[in-house]
Amino acid sequence: MATVPPRANVVVVGGGIVGNSMAHQLALQGWTDIVLLDKGPFPNPGGSTGHASNFIFLVDHSKEMTAFTLDSVRQYRELGVFTECGGIEVARTPERMEELKRRVASGTSWGIEGMELLTPAQVGEKVPFIDDTVILGGFFTPGVGVVDSLRAGTLMRERWIDAGVLTVAGNVEVTGVDALDGHVRGVRTDQGDVRADTVVIACGIWSPRIAAMAGASIPLTPAVHQMIDIGPVPLFTETTGEIAFPIVRDVDTNMYERQNGGDFEIGSYAHRAILMAPDEIPSIEESSLSPTQLPFTAEDFDPQMEQALELFPEIVGDERIGIRHSINGLLSLTPDGMPILGETAEVKGLWSAAAIWIKEAPGIAKAVVEWMTTGSPEIDVHASDIARFWPHQQSPAHVKARSAEGYNKTYGIVHPAEQWATNRNVRLSPFNERERELGAVFIETAGWERPNWYESNAPLLETYGDRVMPREAEWESRWWSPIVNAEHLALRDGVGMIDLSAFSVIDVAGPGACEFLQGIAVAEHDVAVGRVIYTSWLNPAGGVKADLTTMRLGPDVFRVVTGGLTGRTDQKWLRDHMPDDGSVVVTDASSAWCTLGVWGPNARDLVSSLTGDDVTHEGFPFATCRWITLGPVRVLASRISYVGELGWELYAPMEQGSALWDAVWEAGREFGAVPVGVGVYLNSGRLEKGYRAHGNELETEYDLVEAGMQRPKVKDADFIGREAYVAQRAEQPATVLCTLTLDDPTSPAGVERYMLGKEPVLTSDGKPIEDAKGRRSYVTSAGSGPSVGKHLLMAYLPPELARDGESLLVEYFGDRYPVTVAVAGSRPLFDPENSRIRR
Amino acid sequence: MTVLVFVEHEDGAIAEASLEAATLARRLAGDDVQAVAMGGDHAGETGLGPITLHVADDERLAGGYAPAAWGRAVADVAGRVGAAVVMAPGTDRGNEVAAYVAAFLGQPMAANCTDVRPADPLEVTRVRWGGSLLEEATLRGSPAVITVSPHAVGVERAPGAASVATFRPPLQDDDLRVRVTAKEQPPAGKVSLGEARVVVGGGRGMGGADGFQVLEELAGLLGGAVGCSRAVTSAGWRPHTDQIGQTGARIAPDLYIACGISGAIQHIVGCKAAKRIMTVNTDPEAPILAQSDWAIVGDARAVVAALVAELRSGA
Amino acid sequence: MNVLACVKRVPATAGRIRLVEGDREIDTRYLGFTVSPHEECAVEEAVRLVEANGGSATVLTLGPEESVDQLRSAVAVGAQRAVHLATDGREWDPGATAGAIADAVRADRDAGMSYDLLLFGNEAADTGDYQVPVRVAHALGLPCVTGIKQLSVDDGRATAKREASGGWEVFDVPLPAVVAVREGINLPRFASVPGRLRARKAAIDRREPAWPGNALDMVRLVVPGGEDKRVEMLGQGPEAAPAAASIIRNLGLVP
Repeated sequence: MATVPPRANVVVVGGGIVGNSMAHQLALQGWTDIVLLDKGPFPNPGGSTGHASNFIFLVDHSKEMTAFTLDSVRQYRELGVFTECGGIEVARTPERMEELKRRVASGTSWGIEGMELLTPAQVGEKVPFIDDTVILGGFFTPGVGVVDSLRAGTLMRERWIDAGVLTVAGNVEVTGVDALDGHVRGVRTDQGDVRADTVVIACGIWSPRIAAMAGASIPLTPAVHQMIDIGPVPLFTETTGEIAFPIVRDVDTNMYERQNGGDFEIGSYAHRAILMAPDEIPSIEESSLSPTQLPFTAEDFDPQMEQALELFPEIVGDERIGIRHSINGLLSLTPDGMPILGETAEVKGLWSAAAIWIKEAPGIAKAVVEWMTTGSPEIDVHASDIARFWPHQQSPAHVKARSAEGYNKTYGIVHPAEQWATNRNVRLSPFNERERELGAVFIETAGWERPNWYESNAPLLETYGDRVMPREAEWESRWWSPIVNAEHLALRDGVGMIDLSAFSVIDVAGPGACEFLQGIAVAEHDVAVGRVIYTSWLNPAGGVKADLTTMRLGPDVFRVVTGGLTGRTDQKWLRDHMPDDGSVVVTDASSAWCTLGVWGPNARDLVSSLTGDDVTHEGFPFATCRWITLGPVRVLASRISYVGELGWELYAPMEQGSALWDAVWEAGREFGAVPVGVGVYLNSGRLEKGYRAHGNELETEYDLVEAGMQRPKVKDADFIGREAYVAQRAEQPATVLCTLTLDDPTSPAGVERYMLGKEPVLTSDGKPIEDAKGRRSYVTSAGSGPSVGKHLLMAYLPPELARDGESLLVEYFGDRYPVTVAVAGSRPLFDPENSRIRR
Repeated sequence: MTVLVFVEHEDGAIAEASLEAATLARRLAGDDVQAVAMGGDHAGETGLGPITLHVADDERLAGGYAPAAWGRAVADVAGRVGAAVVMAPGTDRGNEVAAYVAAFLGQPMAANCTDVRPADPLEVTRVRWGGSLLEEATLRGSPAVITVSPHAVGVERAPGAASVATFRPPLQDDDLRVRVTAKEQPPAGKVSLGEARVVVGGGRGMGGADGFQVLEELAGLLGGAVGCSRAVTSAGWRPHTDQIGQTGARIAPDLYIACGISGAIQHIVGCKAAKRIMTVNTDPEAPILAQSDWAIVGDARAVVAALVAELRSGA
Repeated sequence: MNVLACVKRVPATAGRIRLVEGDREIDTRYLGFTVSPHEECAVEEAVRLVEANGGSATVLTLGPEESVDQLRSAVAVGAQRAVHLATDGREWDPGATAGAIADAVRADRDAGMSYDLLLFGNEAADTGDYQVPVRVAHALGLPCVTGIKQLSVDDGRATAKREASGGWEVFDVPLPAVVAVREGINLPRFASVPGRLRARKAAIDRREPAWPGNALDMVRLVVPGGEDKRVEMLGQGPEAAPAAASIIRNLGLVP
């Protein structure tokens, strides 16, 4: 083994598939003096890579994960270590058959080819040893395969060792990570220290331990995944190579089965989640096989054997075939099921590439290294960004609870609006008690409990009669109620009160604040005090990094308000770019301020009834903010709207929130005020107005011109992404964000169905639509539009299809529904003149 | 305190392991040691010193090893001399005979002790897990039965001839139900693992049964024998007779070349009597390295092939 | 014929044994549990004898509640009956263990289940006491052979062989008898999935023998230390072959 050099440009800790992929991509993207360390010996240091089942299914409902996977397969193929065998997810229940249709749709949205739904007999043709009477059908993806991940790692290392840019040292234990002034300075090992200004933690289940050495947090937990290997299987003696039959995911039982040479491998995610603390992982010496292969706990697996026997009686039921190998393999789980990528929030230069499985490792490594190198990964990584975690989400209690809850959903049917059951009620707004009295049904955002709708508004259903758009199908009615529509209409008719306390509030202050924000944001920030600025932040490549509002509260004081989900990543973006001369101070004030939105035609009457301050259109114009006294409370009122109505966001100190609510509530009786949930705010209200949402329409893979959000002029001041933005403006956009309406929700079975998002948009003759940059058209957002009487969808469409009135199709649960482009571009469908806001 | 030592003899002399037992007995009881043997000629120096050596004289014992009968004979002497401790070597036969003595006398037995300290109850140190762990224990018996772990006690030969006292053990019919009725000799020609000067061992790292071909070549060049780890026999790559370890053969060659063997404790206990160990392994942290004199890090198949070529070409 | 195989639950140790504080127990946090290889062979031998001759194979263990796992493993590879002599987890010395097993065999006999053969592993993997089979045989008045690596049964007699100085000692024993076997007597099979599922549902005949007290009492365990050699690294891969060859020559081992 090579010795540990005293310095390096970058140290990668961890020699599994992730560490190797990171080293490979660093070298590929021009880094030199790369050091790759592992505590164990190469080529198989004893981590999860050494025992993983190494198969790759392509389709995930997450666009980000699918993109990582597709890129990984591309890289594995290039290395010659990928064996395509096809893969089938089989359904044992009608609900699963529906889910398989949804998976075909997601696969189509993300650009996967050749997928097929199979009848049981067709499954049986591809997998002759399956009992097809147990299943209702299957979902076949031809591009599924297995990979030799150890070999891949070896090839990656060898290439760059030979090129002289990579030093690999096995059996080197990292004993410390040095950080000085918040920046990583190197790693200490039992064989000497390495000075380096960039360190990548890529050591899977050990990552939290290494991160903690520098004072950083990587909130993942090691968990057990059980696998057994039975053999020899007589049927497989006639085949050559590792695998000749498609891999089967028996998703209803949370299991998978595959040929592995002469053996048959059975894996399970069905048993109880067996979590470990990162410090409980045995050392190499302490473990009998490897630190990530723990003794098998047979009682956890026994029920799974019965299910495997049911599906594969010919093999699993053969008394001559023995259980040759059985392990409790360790893998990484995270509280939201996504990887943990990016520079740690605590220590500059310390990067995490953790909670990554074989199937996505090379693709993720490429993205992370792009991020390290240019700041602009090609694939939008926001859902995996390590900066996404709020402090409470890093607590071991949260990590354990959510990881355990998520474990059994590995193959679950997870609704797009699926809510977590564990560790709820962590962040409560001061309105919470009142909301509960009103029968609020809560959904969670970043720990905040937000009313989605209020059962107390049920009587409004009668008021609005057939203007509400009830959802017949069970799927679409999950985490939804027709009351959402009624609240929507009541807000448009009178006035609604919306709890927006989940907002992230970030104060940016100091003599350098204006200049600093000018350099971050697309919109002009050198504006009069009291102005509210709606702006985007771009990454260097001109992708949309953030979408938010900023209030100028004073010459040197700005308040950035962004979503609860993105608050942490947006803060990190600020801190990453702020000057280090002390001229700017960035403060997270999210827990200091609650926010009550008051919107609707009667909003001014309501507000003025509580204040002596001037709230007239002229006295308090749109896109301005100021302090007003509202009943007993002094609030910062900001006149903007995300629902397309006259009104204000009212910011009050957290402890005065309930007084604010009570005052508005009391006064509101006279004006027909209703409590309105975020079902309106986040969905129907904005969709009718064509307002874009970060994470749906706005992400780094699209630009402002494509999103129809370019401003008339480009401000003079330089800002991140300006050059790219200017170039984007000079070109015809490759795609145009459009609002579409569902022509007829009636399914062939006669049930009204309503899309929820991510469905593929197809040409009128049923073909997938791809833009000039190879991006498929899919539904970025979907929801009812009660005021326009249509179910609304947003989607990016190539210019030739982005025409008002264009007829297209959307695939949903295997059926195709006619849709029409209602608006090509950003013009609101509802109140296109915005007269309701500006009055 | 009288200690009675059961001694085995081979090739006309007291066996080494039995002398080890006698050495430990003298450490415990000084001169108050007697011995018992199943026949044999014990004139002159035996290494046991001038002690009383009870020799069973019974034609029923002449027909070959009969464990229960031997145990009966030892138990008889133990009773007659009022032994406080009965000791035996921790060999196959020693342990078996001692077990009968303990069973017949209804007394406890501690097998494979490395040390005994006089106390009441007796304090013993004995091996567990084939030697990878030691146990300190108390043994409450009268007499207490102890076997002595081979190689744990350095032999101190006591000078002087033993005074032989023959006796006729009170054998019962059942004691002779089990006896060796035949012996089968090993096939000639092949160097046995236990006797080879060089042993070449292969483990899981050899990759498969065919991986052993190169080990056979190396062993052939050196006039040695091929052994293997338990993983290998479990996988069916080699017969169990090749297995080195706690439940296989114990080897003591001049050189043991361990190839692709990580060195689970079960294996180490079988090879630690080797004078020198050379290891070839991909993992420089493998436990066997801690037992090795020399190590090469690398794929064992490639390294051994190169070694064979080197030895063939060498001057 | 009816065959009994006795097994003992022990940790599946790895590269190095560690003790928990107090030095009275092995640290098993990361270890699985198993039986000794000799005992696996005893179970396999029992199953094969019953497959060949009919009758039933019974597996018996004395140990804590968790020992049921080892009984089920034996059922999974073909044992039909399982007897658990449950203890409270303390270690029973070999005399106490043998007494309880002999009592259990007598109880089975009284209930109509007489064994033709009682199979043991030659010695337990952990305690290595080398006496339980002999003591059981004595208690039951049965003949006993130990160290057996070949066994055949014919017409009420067993021919058993054990290795001695490179060859074989042959015993001819009338049944019923106690036979302590060594690994190598057979190659134990892996459990099949159906076997494992049967085992899961198998009835366990649970008994609670009274602990008679130990005469051999463990005080503490000691990990023998300081034996690590200072290893000389000869190099990486095939390039190190010349160095190795010259050592072998210098030792005078090349004929």
